[in-house]
Amino acid sequence: MRFKTLGLAALGATLLASAVATPPVGAAEEQFVPLLVYRTGPYAPNGIPLADGFDDYMQLVNLRDGGVNGVKLAWEECETQYNNDRGVECYERLKGMGSTGASLVNPYSTGITYALIERATADKVPVLSMGYGRADASDGRVFPYVFTMPITYWAGADVMMQYAKKETGGSLKGKKIALVYHDSAYGKEPIATLERLAKEEGFEFSKFPVAHPGLEQKATWLQIGRQLRPDWVFMWGWGVMNSTAIKEAAAVGFPMEKFVGIWWSASEADVVPAGDSAKGYKSLNITGVGTSAPIFRDIQKMHADGKGLADKANIGTVLYNRALVNSFYFTEALRTAQAKFGKKAMTGEQIQWGFENLDVSQAKIDAAGMTGLLSPVKLSCMDHEGGGSAVVQQWNGSEWNAITDFIAPRRDALRQQYEASAAQYAAEKGITLRDCK
Amino acid sequence: MPIRTISIWMTGVPLAIAAIGFFFSFLASLSPSFYFTWPYFLEVLSAGLLQGVMYSLVALGFVLIFKASSVFNFAQGSMVLFAALTMVGLIEMGLHWTLAFVVTAAVMVLLAIVIERVVLRPMVNQPHIIMFMATIGIFYFLDGFGQTIWGSNVKVLDIGIPKDPIFVLTGLVEGGMLVNSFDLVAAIVGAVLVAVLAVFFQYTRIGRALRAVADDHQAAQSVGIPLKTIWVVVWSVAGIVALVAGIMWGGKAGVQFTLALIALKALPVLILGGFTSIPGAIVGGLIIGAGEQVAEVFLGSLVGGAIQDWFAYMLALVVLLFRPQGLFGEKIIERV
Repeated sequence: MRFKTLGLAALGATLLASAVATPPVGAAEEQFVPLLVYRTGPYAPNGIPLADGFDDYMQLVNLRDGGVNGVKLAWEECETQYNNDRGVECYERLKGMGSTGASLVNPYSTGITYALIERATADKVPVLSMGYGRADASDGRVFPYVFTMPITYWAGADVMMQYAKKETGGSLKGKKIALVYHDSAYGKEPIATLERLAKEEGFEFSKFPVAHPGLEQKATWLQIGRQLRPDWVFMWGWGVMNSTAIKEAAAVGFPMEKFVGIWWSASEADVVPAGDSAKGYKSLNITGVGTSAPIFRDIQKMHADGKGLADKANIGTVLYNRALVNSFYFTEALRTAQAKFGKKAMTGEQIQWGFENLDVSQAKIDAAGMTGLLSPVKLSCMDHEGGGSAVVQQWNGSEWNAITDFIAPRRDALRQQYEASAAQYAAEKGITLRDCK
Repeated sequence: MPIRTISIWMTGVPLAIAAIGFFFSFLASLSPSFYFTWPYFLEVLSAGLLQGVMYSLVALGFVLIFKASSVFNFAQGSMVLFAALTMVGLIEMGLHWTLAFVVTAAVMVLLAIVIERVVLRPMVNQPHIIMFMATIGIFYFLDGFGQTIWGSNVKVLDIGIPKDPIFVLTGLVEGGMLVNSFDLVAAIVGAVLVAVLAVFFQYTRIGRALRAVADDHQAAQSVGIPLKTIWVVVWSVAGIVALVAGIMWGGKAGVQFTLALIALKALPVLILGGFTSIPGAIVGGLIIGAGEQVAEVFLGSLVGGAIQDWFAYMLALVVLLFRPQGLFGEKIIERV
């Protein structure tokens, strides 16, 4: 008994000593990136390719380029399961790691983004909510540490409407558009924009909320397919809600060609479970599809060398590509900051400056081997959205194909909406607007 | 079930449906924005009834275990997920779906034996709340274990059930009435499952032993019925029911983590139908399915939509006010 106890104590001490001896993540000249991921839980099918894309891109930058200007990237994953409380806990646990603290945070959840805005702003850690979160955070005067590049939900609604209008012969007057949306803050984001567009364009707009998680939508689709019979259906869905909606739409005979989802209803995990029913379904995407961009040669080589970190099956999938682009935005912001502050690990505050002065031109995109994966963006103190665009893609039963070029939203009216909403937020929180002149 | 009760249901249900229909018809006459036609109402109702069968499939598993051990099995949802994941995993390995079904059923029986040995046996004579807590542990274990073995990606479960919309009564109603062929198959599977369970409980030796345990544990033990064996049998049957539910729900929505959450849809069914009654699970499922669909379609837009989830619970709570044991549950009178 005594030997057993002693043995266990020795084993424990050895494990403890080895844990203490392990060098801390992000030590010395490393740039630390906290990764809030969801590889488990209800949204794991979406979270896994996203996390894989981040891992692969940062690994590639370290192995191929030796880091960004000689500063290697270090990262640690923290499992959120898409829960807001876990997201905040992960942020708090990781924000102090690395020699300069967290470089930025990519919450990959509108709920976690909302929960982190004030904390991250106080900690001077940039929040990059790429295609999600608060649309009005595009106003950098009110939200200095939040970046919504390349496009917001409100802008997505505008792009969708533009596409439907073009496909309907140039006018939506007298037409019917239905919105099927996740009954949450995320799903409600496009409503105000679509209501405004309905008045401007003269179409009839109907809303159909779907309760989480969205496994039952029969009633919704009976109303759409048998009663309303709209000309177009737009969807703001997430997780199982997407595939269920596609199946139920097919079950009431709604044509897939008239069904367009937002970029979170646009991954392989959303259409594959729906089988043949999903053929012809369309969605917006903020990144290119497939593996034709030159960067994939490097990624494939890295995997062939046995150094890739992702599941190979995820390479080139919609969400994997999105994470590549997300990581590319970050490394470009880091490079921009280093050009001003020196080639070393940057603080969150310095990276925030990098984001506000980020200019991702087509030449930079091509040089990075990411041609076709993203459209150019240029940010400023005022504009944290950067003028990005979205593409319409269509599922052919086995893969997504882009069926349009990148479509730019009409930002004049959108900018007014952003500023009005941000001003209201600033008034509620007692925030003085930054002078961006 | 007494003939009187059956006749009350046979006349009461059509009358209630007609009354609801006439009420909506009256509302439509008051407001042109309120859409109502009888064919559309019947279409929604039939879709709801078919959806209700899907709920009943999940609820059945709960009833089986509650009958035999008075334990609310929190893990039933994760059993559905685990069974579906296993079956898809085996199909992906190259097995024909019928063989995969048999092997998965065997896995569920094995799981029942393990649960009895590792979890339930040490808990004999413990309060029900302790057993309930143990099933929460089983839920989390199965949830993680299933994903560890088979992965967290969405999997497609297609065993060839048709999914095309069918239009019936085209001669009677303009445009016909829409019925989902997948739901129709699910309803037939549900009916067959209930019939098999009824025969199993009514006419087999083990079924009678099981009912004896359900009525009184101690009395059953005193006449030599082995409680541990019965528990294994019950958990095995619940596992196979979970497999059938997993095939139906997985075929509909893909096999993924969210399947475990459908247990939440079984709760109002159980409250309504009673925790101890198999017919209760069926009738409860039908009422909840039809009720929530009709409410969502005809009343949802009046209050902002997405009401079907809470409406199901509200309906169940209203029943609780009048019949705390549910529509078909056993009325328990305890001497104090």
